[in-house]
Amino acid sequence: MKFSDVPILLEGEILFDASAGNDVIDKAYAADLLSDVLALTEERTTLITGTISPQVIRVAEILNVIAIIFVRGKRPSQEIIDYAQRLDIPMLTTRKTMFETCGLLYANGVRPCKNRTADE
Amino acid sequence: MSDMNASLTYEVHAGDIEQGGSASAALKSELRKMGICEEQARRVGIIAFEGEMNLLLYATNGGTLKAEVTPEAIDITVEDDGPGIDDIDLAMRPGYSTAPDWALNLGFGAGMGLVNMKRNSNFFEIHSHTGKGTLIRCRVNRRKNDAAD
Ligand SMILES: Nc1ncnc2c1ncn2[C@@H]1O[C@H](COP(=O)(O)OP(=O)(O)OP(=O)(O)O)[C@@H](O)[C@H]1O
Ligand SMILES: [Mg+2]
Repeated sequence: MKFSDVPILLEGEILFDASAGNDVIDKAYAADLLSDVLALTEERTTLITGTISPQVIRVAEILNVIAIIFVRGKRPSQEIIDYAQRLDIPMLTTRKTMFETCGLLYANGVRPCKNRTADE
Repeated sequence: MSDMNASLTYEVHAGDIEQGGSASAALKSELRKMGICEEQARRVGIIAFEGEMNLLLYATNGGTLKAEVTPEAIDITVEDDGPGIDDIDLAMRPGYSTAPDWALNLGFGAGMGLVNMKRNSNFFEIHSHTGKGTLIRCRVNRRKNDAAD
């Protein structure tokens, strides 16, 4: 689905919409632990997270993340939003839980990104 | 461009949450500008990031993150002067972590960092002495079709 359709689905608020505006969200990875995002994702993906530390946007830069969806009403600082703008990584926030966010996206065709498990 | 030699060094300060990860993000961005492909720059970025966060979280005086680029490879060195790691095998075990609670709030402390550094490297070595410090060397080869295990 298109990033611009996600806020309606999740009753969310866009924090920054990328200049291209036609980014397709077709795969995602959900985790609060950035360690897991760094260690276990194996391709470029949309990130669903409740973590708003300054590290989230740097991990997104290193992993070339497509878009970030913040859940549970978490709202990153203005510095993080500005940084995302420089990187052209679209971001939105929703009051929905991670569980519901993932369920709604899955029902709309979004699938897990290529990943491993911690025991592999 | 892509076959020039370069050396990049970053100081990492202990406990500096605001800056944590910025050296690695800057390094990745520099590598991309030098013409290093996204896949290799991503691997170097991951290695550097894990090393940088460990310096921030565990090294008493912080430490240095260094990357040397040659036509053959990118060599990453992460070095600090203490406290050192008592049991390296234990520290390398996935899931083992002594991260404080404030690290968990930042999204860290899964005990995955060192293994992830090794996994993304074509060559990995770690030396540590209690009271002296820790030295980690990782190499990412630049030849095509030379992915890490
Ligand atoms: N430079 C260092 N100096 C001293 N101890 C270290 C250093 N780096 C790592 N350690 C020790 O090794 C453990 C494992 O490190 P590792 O990076 O694998 O996981 P972590 O930092 O605990 O969690 P994660 O990296 O997944 O966020 C740490 O919890 C810490 O006890
Ligand atoms: Mg670590």
